[in-house]
Amino acid sequence: MIRFDKVTKVLGRKTVLDNVSFEVGEGETFVIVGLSGAGKSVTLKHMIRLMLPDSGTVSIDGEAINLLGRGALREVRSKFGVLFQSAALLQWMNVRDNVALPLREHTKMPEEEIISRVNEKLELLSLDDAGDKFPSDISGGMQKRAGLARAIIMDPKIVLYDEPTSGLDPVTSRRIDDLIVNMRKRLGITSVVVTHDLHSALAIGSRIMMLHQGQIVENAPPAGFIKSKNETVQSFLESQYITKKGKWEELSHE
Amino acid sequence: MSYPVRSAERVGGQVIQLLHNTGHAMFMLLEATWFIQFAFGKRSRHETVTQLFVTGIKSLAVISVVAMFTGMILALQTGLELRRYGQEVYIGSAVAVSMIREMGPFMTGLIIAASVGSAIAAQLGTMTVSEEIAALEVMSINPNRFLVMPRLVALTLMMPVLTVYTNILGIMGGAIVGATQLGVSVTSYMNNATEFATNKDLYVGLFKAFIFGIIITTVSCHQGFMTREGAVGVGKATRRSVIISFLVILVVGYMVTRMFYI
Ligand SMILES: Nc1ncnc2c1ncn2[C@@H]1O[C@H](COP(=O)(O)OP(=O)(O)OP(=O)(O)O)[C@@H](O)[C@H]1O
Ligand SMILES: [Mg+2]
Repeated sequence: MIRFDKVTKVLGRKTVLDNVSFEVGEGETFVIVGLSGAGKSVTLKHMIRLMLPDSGTVSIDGEAINLLGRGALREVRSKFGVLFQSAALLQWMNVRDNVALPLREHTKMPEEEIISRVNEKLELLSLDDAGDKFPSDISGGMQKRAGLARAIIMDPKIVLYDEPTSGLDPVTSRRIDDLIVNMRKRLGITSVVVTHDLHSALAIGSRIMMLHQGQIVENAPPAGFIKSKNETVQSFLESQYITKKGKWEELSHE
Repeated sequence: MSYPVRSAERVGGQVIQLLHNTGHAMFMLLEATWFIQFAFGKRSRHETVTQLFVTGIKSLAVISVVAMFTGMILALQTGLELRRYGQEVYIGSAVAVSMIREMGPFMTGLIIAASVGSAIAAQLGTMTVSEEIAALEVMSINPNRFLVMPRLVALTLMMPVLTVYTNILGIMGGAIVGATQLGVSVTSYMNNATEFATNKDLYVGLFKAFIFGIIITTVSCHQGFMTREGAVGVGKATRRSVIISFLVILVVGYMVTRMFYI
């Protein structure tokens, strides 16, 4: 569904992605982990052509997107919903208008239907009371959830989450995790999740990929990931108090 | 590498960068111009009206003061000179012609560039660094239609309107100085002004204002979109948008005057 083929990207003087290849299958919940600055956000941006690789190709549904014209690119992007790391809500619109924006821009739906759809998503993300508030007046966690509501308003096939739970309290974080799992189970949505939170990665991921210094150091299902022999992965796991003998031993999503 | 080669390379690189940026800005302007047909359509109407309002109202106070004093200074300056020859009555035409042709559009342009233009650069710059522009692109909402076009419409419409306002206040300011300091009655001041200022002066002035509107929009939107490096970058983009707008307004203002009067 999403395929990176020998993708290399240099930004400034840093080779952020160095000959990276991987594939995300349909219906997967693919988790990308890595230290700050490892290139996780850059990887996501390549999937929707917000960045172009210096060499290599990115393909969506078997179609290389590097050279697509405007119309075709629009088509490809319409398959995606994206939650940005900074939520990226428009500051001069209230939450409801932000979430409604894609519907207003791309459909001829009557206003009542737009509002009812928007309210449905807001409810799903426990934002019922926040519809009339402006992004600057709500907490970071609420902004994230509003960004997520906007990302899924057009019912995309693929959802990209850039750190959906960072800055959220543990209870809300688990609710977002559940939501990601549910969307996969109920709607067969493919998800790519960037996170620092290994507990959540192990709980929701069908596969976990770790990036380090421009390379993939591990790409395995959760059960395999915690058994990784790679030292970087080991120290990453230990830093979050996860050991091989932990309760993730018997976890398997495949 | 030797020093001359390196610096030649750097200059060459900067020239290429400049051409690249100019091309980028021109493309943005062309696309936004094409989208003007949708300015009052369902999707953009609200934003266009908001921008018209913001542009028209925001700087009215500053413009009023500056316009008034520009007219007063012009009157005083030329009036003192003319008095030596006993020709004070001619301050009417001196003030009116210089306001309408040059100072009206010029002063309005500078103020709008410093107030509205800098605000545009700051806003779009903030949107760029907080990934809001990227989010629009992913949603296939063209920022040139969604953000640039309404500002282009607002600035190109409001610049001439505000210039007329500046002209009127400037001429009034001149009349006050004439009446109180130089003993020229308001009636003879106005008679003299209307006798010498031509329609051509008015059209050229308004044409300039219109062009300045395009310049301010293009420069400030483009600087906003080029913003990098977070909050520091927003500050830089804002400052650069004002400086570049000033320079381009000066040069283009001169060229327009040359084009119509030589
Ligand atoms: N537009 C850009 N221009 C230059 N360098 C960039 C750009 N975007 C990212 N980088 C650099 O690329 C590297 C990877 O950035 P990226 O945002 O992908 O990190 P990340 O893994 O998402 O980290 P974090 O967990 O902090 O979000 C960083 O060193 C960053 O400075
Ligand atoms: Mg990131």
